[in-house]
Amino acid sequence: MEGVAFRTASFDGGAPASFVVELSEFSGPLDLLLTLIREEEVDIYDIPIARVAEQFLLRIRTLQLNEAAEYLEMAARLLRIKAQMLLPRTDGEEDWEDPRAELVRRLLEYQQMREVVDVLERAGEERRNRFARAYVPQAAAPAGAPLALSLSELLAAIDRILRVAKDPSVHDVITRAVDVPGAITVIRALLALRAHAWWSELVSPEAEPWQILSTLLGLLEMAKLGECRVQQPRPFADVEITSDAASEAA
Amino acid sequence: MTPLAKLLEAALFASARPIPTDELAALDGDASKAAVAAALDELREHYDVDGHGVELTEIGGGWQILTRAEYTEAIERAQLASRPARLSAAALETLALIAYRQPIGRAEIEEIRGVSVGSVLKSLHERGLIDVVGRGEGMGRPLLYGTTPIFLEYFALRHLEELPRSDELAVALRAEPRAL
Repeated sequence: MEGVAFRTASFDGGAPASFVVELSEFSGPLDLLLTLIREEEVDIYDIPIARVAEQFLLRIRTLQLNEAAEYLEMAARLLRIKAQMLLPRTDGEEDWEDPRAELVRRLLEYQQMREVVDVLERAGEERRNRFARAYVPQAAAPAGAPLALSLSELLAAIDRILRVAKDPSVHDVITRAVDVPGAITVIRALLALRAHAWWSELVSPEAEPWQILSTLLGLLEMAKLGECRVQQPRPFADVEITSDAASEAA
Repeated sequence: MTPLAKLLEAALFASARPIPTDELAALDGDASKAAVAAALDELREHYDVDGHGVELTEIGGGWQILTRAEYTEAIERAQLASRPARLSAAALETLALIAYRQPIGRAEIEEIRGVSVGSVLKSLHERGLIDVVGRGEGMGRPLLYGTTPIFLEYFALRHLEELPRSDELAVALRAEPRAL
């Protein structure tokens, strides 16, 4: 099985996938035939068809190529030519045509293509060994240029927008950082005094969202560290906070 | 270097693809064709004579700066860039036929290669090396294929005529076999 690569390929037209056998060594029956002619050192214009046909059959048998239709077709063609060569013919026959003529024409055509392949292979290898600034297999759309803008341009743009807007309402935005460490300190102090507390005691009704959030995050952090337990008897009920030291003592 | 040569160098450096000569000329409205050609020569000489790691190469009617082949191994080892995969023998054979016989249909390629080429044509088309250039006469009006500018880029060819002419090959294509 060496040197034989199997793969399935679906042919055009939605036909069911056919089984294709490709030799890594040979790119087709003509390639194999040409190799045999070269190996046998015979004249391409005067191929000893019986010998070459025999070699061809032997080769495709040892290469396990029996399934490959293209190789089998060539084998059949060779055998047919061989049979035609055996037919007796009278010496003076004018219209006798060498049954090998078509095969020779195809081989020459194929050989010339292989010459071009050599040229392309060399050129491709030469190019392969040199890098462009960035190798792009396909033309990629150029990326958008980075935005270049000066401060004065930005301010001018804002000015234009404010002019157009009928009633620009400008708000002052004040950042209020969530203060988790501060909330933890408060909770710890409370638990040190009481060992037992309620959520409603930690957060006053007037508390701002950032304060509620800080307390919640601080509480969760302390529960994670094992400093306290957090329990809620039923949904929406007040949350009970117990110091872990207290629960152990209890 | 002249200012024009520097301008061309900058443009060529910025582009990942070869830049056609007329696009290079458009970079400087005042520069004549001859001046652009002279500047390209100057840049190429600059790279060659002064000994640079890159060279200026003419590809597919355009120009591109490429690294020199002797540094490929080192660049690839450092994983800064990697060489594209080689084309298979089947792909090269099919491309060779298309390059010489374009426009050419699938049936003619299969006749010469002696194998079916459906999947090879598909992958060459996907890689942008060939394209459909028309439809043939006859049954089913078969698709005809031709090579693309990417084909020239892939093989670093200036133009198709750079490939040896049919009569320069050892065996002339479609040659009448010697009298048997």
